Amino acid sequence: MSQPHRLAEGGRIDRKRPLTFTFNGRVYPAFRGDTLASGLLANGVHLVARSLKYHRPRGIVGAGVEESNALVQVGEGARSLPNLVATQVELYDGLSARSVNVFPSVGFDLRAVNGWFARLMPPGFYYKTFMWPAGSWRQYEHQIRKAAGFGVVPTGADPDDYDHMNVHCDVLVAGAGPAGLAAALEAGRTGARVILMDERTEPGGALLAGSGRIEGLPAGRWVNRMVEELASLPEVQVLARTTVAGYYEHNFLLALERRTDHLAPGSDPGPRQRLWRIRAKQVVLATGAIERPLVFCNNDRPGVMLASGVSEYIHRYAVLPGSRAVVFTNNDSAYQTAFDLLDAGAQVEAIVDSRPAGQRSAEARERGLQVMNRHAVVDVRGAKRIRGVRLMALSADGGSVSGKGRLACDLLAVSGGWSPTVQLHAQSGARPAYDARKVCFVPGPSVQAERSAGACRGSFDLQACLTEGFRAGAAAAHATGHGDGGLSRPIPSVEGREGDPIQPLWIVPAGKPVSRVPKQFVDPLMDVSAADILTAVREGYDSIEYVKRYTNLGMGPDQGRLGNVNGIAILADQHGTDPGSIGTTTFRPMYTPVTFAALSGGEQKELFDPVRKTAIHEWHVEQGALFENVGQWKRAWYFPWPGESLDEAVDRECLAVRRSVGVLDASTLGKIDIQGPDANVFLNRVYTNPFMKVPIGRCRYGLMLDENGMLMDDGVTARLGEDHYLMHTTTGGAAHVMSWLELWLQTEWPELKLYMTSVTDHWATVSLCGPNSRRVLRKLCSDVDLSRESFPFMAVREGAVAGVPARIFRISFTGELTYEVNVNANFGRHVWEAVFDAGEEYGITPFGTEAMHVLRAEKGYVIVGQDTDGSVTPVDLGMERMLGRKKDFLGKRSLFRSYLVRKDRKQFVGLLTEDPKEVLPEGGQIVDDPSAPLPRPMLGHVTSSYYSAALERSIALGLVKGGHGRTGETVHIQNFDGRTIAARIADPVFYDPKGERQNV
Amino acid sequence: MLLIECPWCGPRDESEFAYSGEAHIVRPLTPEELTDEEWADYLFCRRNTRGDHLEQWCHASGCRRYFNVQRDTVTYRIKSVYKPGEPPPGDRP
Ligand SMILES: [Zn+2]
Repeated sequence: MSQPHRLAEGGRIDRKRPLTFTFNGRVYPAFRGDTLASGLLANGVHLVARSLKYHRPRGIVGAGVEESNALVQVGEGARSLPNLVATQVELYDGLSARSVNVFPSVGFDLRAVNGWFARLMPPGFYYKTFMWPAGSWRQYEHQIRKAAGFGVVPTGADPDDYDHMNVHCDVLVAGAGPAGLAAALEAGRTGARVILMDERTEPGGALLAGSGRIEGLPAGRWVNRMVEELASLPEVQVLARTTVAGYYEHNFLLALERRTDHLAPGSDPGPRQRLWRIRAKQVVLATGAIERPLVFCNNDRPGVMLASGVSEYIHRYAVLPGSRAVVFTNNDSAYQTAFDLLDAGAQVEAIVDSRPAGQRSAEARERGLQVMNRHAVVDVRGAKRIRGVRLMALSADGGSVSGKGRLACDLLAVSGGWSPTVQLHAQSGARPAYDARKVCFVPGPSVQAERSAGACRGSFDLQACLTEGFRAGAAAAHATGHGDGGLSRPIPSVEGREGDPIQPLWIVPAGKPVSRVPKQFVDPLMDVSAADILTAVREGYDSIEYVKRYTNLGMGPDQGRLGNVNGIAILADQHGTDPGSIGTTTFRPMYTPVTFAALSGGEQKELFDPVRKTAIHEWHVEQGALFENVGQWKRAWYFPWPGESLDEAVDRECLAVRRSVGVLDASTLGKIDIQGPDANVFLNRVYTNPFMKVPIGRCRYGLMLDENGMLMDDGVTARLGEDHYLMHTTTGGAAHVMSWLELWLQTEWPELKLYMTSVTDHWATVSLCGPNSRRVLRKLCSDVDLSRESFPFMAVREGAVAGVPARIFRISFTGELTYEVNVNANFGRHVWEAVFDAGEEYGITPFGTEAMHVLRAEKGYVIVGQDTDGSVTPVDLGMERMLGRKKDFLGKRSLFRSYLVRKDRKQFVGLLTEDPKEVLPEGGQIVDDPSAPLPRPMLGHVTSSYYSAALERSIALGLVKGGHGRTGETVHIQNFDGRTIAARIADPVFYDPKGERQNV
Repeated sequence: MLLIECPWCGPRDESEFAYSGEAHIVRPLTPEELTDEEWADYLFCRRNTRGDHLEQWCHASGCRRYFNVQRDTVTYRIKSVYKPGEPPPGDRP
C-alpha cells in the first residue's frame, strides 16, 4: 500500500514496522512511530473534523499539543476515549478512530447548514435566543447539546486498570526539549533526585522537529547522547508520554502517564494510565512554546497549517503535507519551514512576510525563493482543501491593505509568532507578564519554588534554551543542597544567526470592516471569530474574563492554547491598550485533559471505600440476611424466611422479641474506652446529665450536644472500675464523637488526666432481647447471678459466656429484658452460635436493624440522625429531665437563647392515624388544614413510621410545631400520592409506657 | 495539596489532616453569665483573615493530635506550626 505523501527517507518512524489503521471506516497504511495525524497526512487526508458551531470542514493544524481541530474518538466499546487530539494519538496496528461532531460523515455534514446562517448566530446567540420564552430553555438545550457534542462517552465499565504513584524528588523538570534535557542533566550530575517528564513519545521536543546542529552533531543525535547520560545517573528518572498537567500548593504537581494507550488494547498487563502525585522541592519548567496562527479570512480551511507543524511533519514523521506551498509570517521562524519544504521537494510559491525586507528574506532570495515583503494573505480559496490564496500589499503599520494578487497552492504554512507555555507557571499562583519586545506573555515573578527555562520563558533561540536549561538545572539542584550552583562543564555551542524582530499583526486587514468579510477565526475550536470579539466589545464586555464567557473564546478542550493570545491582543487593540493591561484569563489545572479513571486510580469498586463487617457477618450471610449500609458498616437488615416479604419478616422478628427471645448483632455500636482519674469530670462536661457519681458496675444513658445546643449523639456509658469507663456511641457517629472528645481534651482541658481509645472493633456484641433472654443466657453463663435483684436493669457484670470472658450489660433499646453480651471479637461467632443452640427451645430468632427500628419506635426512643437533624434540642425531644441543672455542660448555654426557648418550636411527638392499617410516609409534611390554599403552612414532618405487629396498628414519630401542647389534636400529613392522611398527636411512647418489661 | 508539618510526626500530606477551624477560641469559663450576644460571639464569630491566619489542624490519619498552624490565606504558605498551649508567633491583638 502506498503512502503518497511519505518522504523516501528520514523521520523517526520505524519503516520496518508497517501497520494499518482505520479512520472513519477507511483503512490506511502507516508506520510504527506515526501519530494518527501524521498517518492521515501521509495518506493525503487533511479533512478530519467539523467545527463545533458552524460545522465547517476542518483539517490538521499542528503536530503536537497545539492541535485543536483534529479531535477524534479512539477505540471501540468500553475502552473508547472521546476528544483525543489526533496529533497525540500514537498509532498501533489495528487502531480505529473517527471524527467527533459530524453527522452523517465528515465529508457531508448536514449540520453545516449552520454555516449559512452564521451571520444570524452572533456570540451569545444561544443565550439570547433560547432563554425566551422563560422555561423553554430545557427543550432547546437537548438539541443544542446534541449539535454541540464533542465525543461519545462509552457506556460500558472500563476494563482497564489505572493507578497512582506518589513520589518525592529534589527537582522535577517538566518538558524534555533542549532546555529540559539540559536542566535535568545538570541537576542530575549533582546527585540530586531528578524526575524529567515529557508528554511526547520520546525526549527531545523541538530538537526532533527541526534540522539544527549542536556541537557539530545533528540535533537528534545530540538528544540520544543526552538521554544516554541521563539513563546512567541512578537518581534520575525519565518518563515519556507523561504530561505534567497540574501545579498546586506547596510544589505538589500531578502528571498523567499514558502507559499503554499506544499499544493494542489488552496487550500489556499493567495499568493503562498512571497518575503521578509529585512533591518536588524545586521545579524547572521547560514546557516550550507553541506557535500562534494568523487571523485572516477563512484561516480555518484544511490545508492551512502552523509552519512549525509543517516542519515537524517533515523531520519527525517524513511526511510532506503539501506539494505547492505558500508561507505566511510576521516573524523569522517560518523561513526555516520554507527551507524545509524546499529541501523535502515541495514547490514553495512564495514567502509572504508582513515585514519589510530583512536578513532572512535576503537569505531566502539567495536560495531562489520568491519573498513578498509587506504583503499579507487576506483570504484563501477552497473549502475542504485550499486551492490558493488571495494576497494584498500591507501598509507599514499593518493596518490597511491595497492591490490584489493570487497564488495557487495546496498548503499554507503560517506563523504569527510564539506563545510561551506559561500555564504551569500560572497554575502555581504566579502571574504571567506581557513582553512587548517578544510580543508574548512570559513568566512573571515566581511565588513557589519554580523557575522557567527556554522557550517557555520567551527565549526562542536554541543557544538561549540550552544556556538557560543548564543554569536552571544547576540552580535548582543547589537549592536542594546538591552541587555548588555552577555548571559542571561548558555549555554546548550552536551556530546562531542574527534575525529581525517580529511584527505584531493581530488581525490581517481585508480591505473591508471585519464584520463584512468571511470569518477570521481566532479560536477555531470554539468557532470564535475576530468579529465575535468586536461584537462583545461593542456590547460592553470589556474584561477578558467576560469576553471569554460571552464568546466561548478559550472555553474548549484546548483551553485556548491556540487562540487566546490573539484574542487578548484583539481586545487590547479595541481598548487602545496593550495585551499586558488586558492580562490572561485564569489558567486552571489540568493543562491537558486527564481521564476520570486516572484520577480515581485504584480507588474504585471494592477499594473505593472500606467496608466494615462484624465478626458475625458471615453467619448472617449464611442465613440469607439482607444488609443495609450504616456508614461503612454492613448491618443485617432482616432475615427473611423463604417467600417472606420485608413486612412479614419484620413482624415475625418483632413478635419474637416481644413474646420470647430475639438476638441482634450490635457489634457496630461505637465503643470508646476511657481511663484516668479525671474521666468522670470529663464525662460530666460532655454529657448533659450528671456523671460525677455513677456507681461502679452501673450504666447511665447520656445525651451529647454540640455547643449550639443541638443533639449530636447519645448512648450508654458504663463504669467498669474506679477510673475506668466504657462509652457507647451510635454506629454512624462513632468517629465524629471520638474526634469531638479529643478536640476538647487536647485543646481546652489538657489538664484533665485521662486517655481515650476506640475499641469498637475489638468487641463483638450479642444482644439477647425478650422475656426468655435470661433463661437462654443462664444456660451459657454460670458465674454471674442473673437474677433481677443482683443484676438489675442498667448494671454491668463480668463473667464467662459459653466459656469466653464477657462483659454483660443490662441495657435495652427495645424495652424488653435485655442482656448485651460483649466478648473479644475473635470469639464473636462462637458465642453467637452458642446462644442460638441454647435458645432453640425458645424459638430464638435473629433480628435485624429494621425490626430494631420498629421495636425502639414502639418505645418512643429517638434515633439521632433519623428523628433529629442537627436542629433539635433535648427540650424539643421532651427530655428536659436529662439536663443537669447544677453543672455546666457543652451546649448548655445555647439552650437558653431566645430562639431555643420559644414554645412554638418543632417538638417530638407520636402520631396515630385514624385508620390503623395506614402507615404514614416518612418525610411526609404535616399541616393543620389540608384544604388551606397553597403555599400551605407546614408544621413539621414525620421522622419515623412503621407498622407495629405488637400493637396491631401503625405508629409514627414526628416533629410538630408546638407539638407538646397539642396531644389529642388532629393534624394532616401529605402523602406522596397527593392524598392527605389524618393523624392524632399522641405521646411518643406507644408500648409499655411505664417501662415494666425491661425491669423484670 | 498542602504539605503540613505535624509537630510530632513531621511533614505529611494534607490528606492525612482534618481542618478544625480558627485557633485560640477560648471557651468562656462562666457561660451562664454571658448575654446571648456574647455567647453568640464565642459560638459563631470568627476572623475572616486575609493573610496570616492561626488555625487548628488535627493529624487525623496519623497521631490524632491537634496543633496550631500559622498559614497565609492568600498564598497558602505555612509560616509556622506550634503545639496547643504554646504562644502564637509574633504580635497578635
Ligand atoms: Zn502527627
